[in-house]
Amino acid sequence: MEKFKPHISVEKLNVFYGKHHVLKDITVKIPEKQITVIIGPSGCGKTTLLKSFNRLIDLVEGISVSGDVRVDGMDIYNGKIDVTNIRKKIGMLAQKPYPLPMSIYDNVAYGPRIHGILKRKELDRIVERYLKVAGLWDEVKDRLKSPASRLSAGQQQRLCLARTLAVEPEIILGDEPTSALDPVSAKRIEQEFIELKKDYTIVIVTHILRQAKRLADHVIFLYMGEVIEAGPAREIFEDPKEARTRAYIGGEIS
Amino acid sequence: MNLKLTRKLKEVIASRLMLLITALSSMLIFVMILGLFLKARLILATQSLPELLLSTSWHPLRGEFGFYPFILGTIWVTVLAMFFSIPSCLLTSIYLTEYASAKIRAFIKPLIDLLAGIPSVVYGLWGILVVVPLVKDHIAPLFGYPTSGYCLLTGGFVLAIMVFPVLISVSEEVFRAVPHEVREISLALGATRWQTVKHAQMVPRIKGIIAAIVLGFSRAFGETMAVMMVVGNVAQVPSSVFQPAYPLPALIANNYGEMMSIPLYDAALLLAALLLLLIVLVFSVGARIVLLRIERRVV
Ligand SMILES: Nc1ncnc2c1ncn2[C@@H]1O[C@H](COP(=O)(O)OP(=O)(O)OP(=O)(O)O)[C@@H](O)[C@H]1O
Ligand SMILES: [Mg+2]
Repeated sequence: MEKFKPHISVEKLNVFYGKHHVLKDITVKIPEKQITVIIGPSGCGKTTLLKSFNRLIDLVEGISVSGDVRVDGMDIYNGKIDVTNIRKKIGMLAQKPYPLPMSIYDNVAYGPRIHGILKRKELDRIVERYLKVAGLWDEVKDRLKSPASRLSAGQQQRLCLARTLAVEPEIILGDEPTSALDPVSAKRIEQEFIELKKDYTIVIVTHILRQAKRLADHVIFLYMGEVIEAGPAREIFEDPKEARTRAYIGGEIS
Repeated sequence: MNLKLTRKLKEVIASRLMLLITALSSMLIFVMILGLFLKARLILATQSLPELLLSTSWHPLRGEFGFYPFILGTIWVTVLAMFFSIPSCLLTSIYLTEYASAKIRAFIKPLIDLLAGIPSVVYGLWGILVVVPLVKDHIAPLFGYPTSGYCLLTGGFVLAIMVFPVLISVSEEVFRAVPHEVREISLALGATRWQTVKHAQMVPRIKGIIAAIVLGFSRAFGETMAVMMVVGNVAQVPSSVFQPAYPLPALIANNYGEMMSIPLYDAALLLAALLLLLIVLVFSVGARIVLLRIERRVV
């Protein structure tokens, strides 16, 4: 096992949707300032695992969670903790780009405003900065006030990235963030992630193996709600220990 | 071949028929306005419209038909009902869609829907037995106004309760129509639930909310029975919410068919109906204009 500083560490996490046992005794660590990719067949619990990191699964009715998820050593399922702080710290990018029903500017400014930044100048600065980081600034700088829904899907996803970054999270979660995009836009988002890992811890779910290979520093292979194998990307892709990992990477199970 | 022909024929007949029915029903409003106008013409011939609308003197026996107190009564009762019901209905529907668990929702929703089925008369009786004494003995003394309890405030309150179910279920639908993603995105950015409701859901949905309110109150304007039972029915210009009033629907319902031997009385009541119809129309057209404005600003 490689030694690294975990940013998120999960211990014996169990999640049930009603009686349906979706995540079983998950124990994994997410390394800081690297890209961790979660792979696994459809329905194995990838989205659920990702959403348990920022407690977005709380929204699901009838869910029950046990075990520990620690972010920077802090147990986020502890009742005393303020969920909004955790979510501010952990940004999330959804599968389908979804601009809020407002202007481009307001989309990016939404988070900062929520967290109390109201000065126009400061908001302008934040909006510009993160649209630049997301590689969208040049395309939209002349129409910040127009509705975000008019952007192309690829642009929308970059806008969503800017919106996520604007609350200055430390961790970014992406649930198949390129699956709704054309190949060129997808490549751009991938590129953004590679650049962002200097400053952020990134966790991405994907079912595209080639994308996983391009991006991953660290891999978690999930199968029917269990972690089968987790480790540095090179090890998992080139020399998997488990037969099921080998089969998945070989394309035999999907 | 034959089959094809009959199919086509049926299609043509069906579409024509639907067009005809749609056209007829949308003409209905004009037919009604015209009908009322023709009947009310008699009184309009004796006095000018502004005179009728602005005069406060209602003495049918003397041939004086001043509608001002009734118009004001209608508007006041409705405004009061809006004041009571809009905030509480919005909060209720927000609670039901955003905060309540499925269990609580499943319990409360049918109860609210049940309110919609209660006959107007029952609301009126409840108003007389509960709200009238409450206003008379507890609320009015707080402000130092003597009142019988049969007054604008009581009427507005009873009316508010009556529009509750419609307003709640329509605005709940409006909130439910907000895509799940919006909520998720906002919460994932660290917003509280209230912030999410306010900034991500309410503001973009303001159109729907206004539509819900218009729908609720187009009905409220004409709501007769319960209001009539508690509002006092005195033809005077109310100077406070603790005074009785006499809304247009109550005027019509109380008097049409009686005292018809008085000259022009019948025409006056039909003019009252026409006024009521026009008030509702102005209200909903006004709301539509507001909606258009908002639409231009948001999208
Ligand atoms: N809201 C829910 N209520 C009940 N069961 C759910 C819910 N969401 C997901 N599940 C179930 O939990 C399991 C894991 O779902 P999850 O969405 O985490 O899988 P996934 O690995 O992300 O799949 P995919 O690759 O298709 O996105 C599935 O069996 C799914 O049917
Ligand atoms: Mg998924």
